[in-house]
Amino acid sequence: MKDIRLMKGNEALAEGVIRAGCDGYFGYPITPQSEILEYLMANNTKERTGMIVLQAESEIASIHMVYGGAAAGKRVITSSSSPGISLMQEGISFMAGTELPCLLVNVVRGGPGLGTIQPSQSDYFQAVKGGGHGDYKMIVLAPASVQEMYDFAKLGFDLAFKHRIQVMILSDGAIGQMMEKVELDEQIPRLADAEIVKKYPWATTGKTPDRERNIITSLDLNPVKQEIINQNLQKKFKHIQETEVRFERFMCDDAEYLFVAYGSSARICQKAVMLGRARGIKVGLLRPITLFPFPTNELARLAKQVKGMQAIEMSAGQMVEDVRLSVNGAVPVEHYGRLGGIIPAPDEVLNVLEQNFIHSKKEKRYEPATY
Amino acid sequence: MTEEIIIAGFGGQGVLSMGKILAYSGMMQNKEVSWFPSYGPEMRGGTANVTVIISDERISSPILNKFDTAIILNQQSMDKFESSVKPGGVLIYDPNGIVRHPERTDINIYTIDAADEAARLGLKKVFNMLVLGAFLKLKPLIEPEYMRKGLEKSLPLRHHNTIPENEKAIARGMEIVKLEHQMN
Repeated sequence: MKDIRLMKGNEALAEGVIRAGCDGYFGYPITPQSEILEYLMANNTKERTGMIVLQAESEIASIHMVYGGAAAGKRVITSSSSPGISLMQEGISFMAGTELPCLLVNVVRGGPGLGTIQPSQSDYFQAVKGGGHGDYKMIVLAPASVQEMYDFAKLGFDLAFKHRIQVMILSDGAIGQMMEKVELDEQIPRLADAEIVKKYPWATTGKTPDRERNIITSLDLNPVKQEIINQNLQKKFKHIQETEVRFERFMCDDAEYLFVAYGSSARICQKAVMLGRARGIKVGLLRPITLFPFPTNELARLAKQVKGMQAIEMSAGQMVEDVRLSVNGAVPVEHYGRLGGIIPAPDEVLNVLEQNFIHSKKEKRYEPATY
Repeated sequence: MTEEIIIAGFGGQGVLSMGKILAYSGMMQNKEVSWFPSYGPEMRGGTANVTVIISDERISSPILNKFDTAIILNQQSMDKFESSVKPGGVLIYDPNGIVRHPERTDINIYTIDAADEAARLGLKKVFNMLVLGAFLKLKPLIEPEYMRKGLEKSLPLRHHNTIPENEKAIARGMEIVKLEHQMN
């Protein structure tokens, strides 16, 4: 029989990490993602697979423990929420410079600063455009359900090792805290040290007489060499843009208007699409699942079909910039977002779309829902 | 069938766990379910609420602002959620501590004296199960056998000895729920 459970998003992610054959978790608690660490601590993780779970002394320590584990070819992960992820940016940039695979989880809360513990999507730029220094990108996965929180743990590790890149799961407080049904898979065994040596010849697994020393460093003071290193990185990002785009179309086939939204906003828009269809409006939803690589080509295709696109984000307008770049002026693209931990309601975003594209501008302006 | 429910009250009244038992029971009966809490403040001594959706179809938004049923257990929640009930929907509340009673005429309003009844039974902890009973009387979405399975799933093993008294409280809640206002 299938193993189906009712779990919080954070718990599902933690279970997914264990079952994906992860070697080590290093993290520091912060709302709204503390259940990840708590679940790993409380569920006999070490006894089940031998995976190490460690509460570090800070986020900065956590990311550098991940750096060390990844350098040794291990499947390692850290998780945090927005202020904690800001602290980790130096380590993330170093891992980008050394092309080390790892899984990072940001269960986003409202900012800037300590902000609020309520859900937000205001860390899109930081995740997608590179929060640390240097020309780098991470693969960014945006789960919209508890099942995807679970599934993306394994997918994230697979992509990280396939491309030797950092993968970030960009979730938010709503997905992390809510409970839904989750279908669990069989345990994937952790790799033995000998398998790591064989599979990952770049890893610092200890020098053997038959090969040179493996050195993990992002430093090369020779600009000629450094430019080649950077060009190779860019080649990799381009390859990922061409091969790893993921998205979900919801009622797009005959759509005249399109919502574009990811994560919990996409769930809200899905409901708004159904409300809109009930009112006779041909509206659909394009949900980017990978934020980098962004579904640029799909949006460009849809721009030839629809009359307007309405981006919905719990931010002041971040992903909408990538939508506009994809569409390149072919159709009007509008942004609507709520800030500071307020979640927009389905009828609210539908009214916005109607106001922006369907009603004449003279009609009554839309008023935001109050809480 | 899709039932969209908000349960709201003080932290400590068992609001979140009531929602959890409902969601588990729905899942055991092979329904689609979602449970979305107001997180944070309820652990820090404030109001708590949870949105529970039980459906035969895949659930779109787990986050809502209009509900088929509102279960309201304090004044702040009444002020906040009375207007969120869909026309023709149901509002269930415990009048204990309520100073401003609901005024909507386009919904069905029910009361349950759960706090008083729990005190009478000498079982303060079953307060939320009395309220759950009231809900299940009005919206019999879940079969009793699946309610039992839901209780077994959501209560930790060390509390399984309380399942019979929880079930009794659900049955009692079904008996004592009262119609306060029939919609026009």
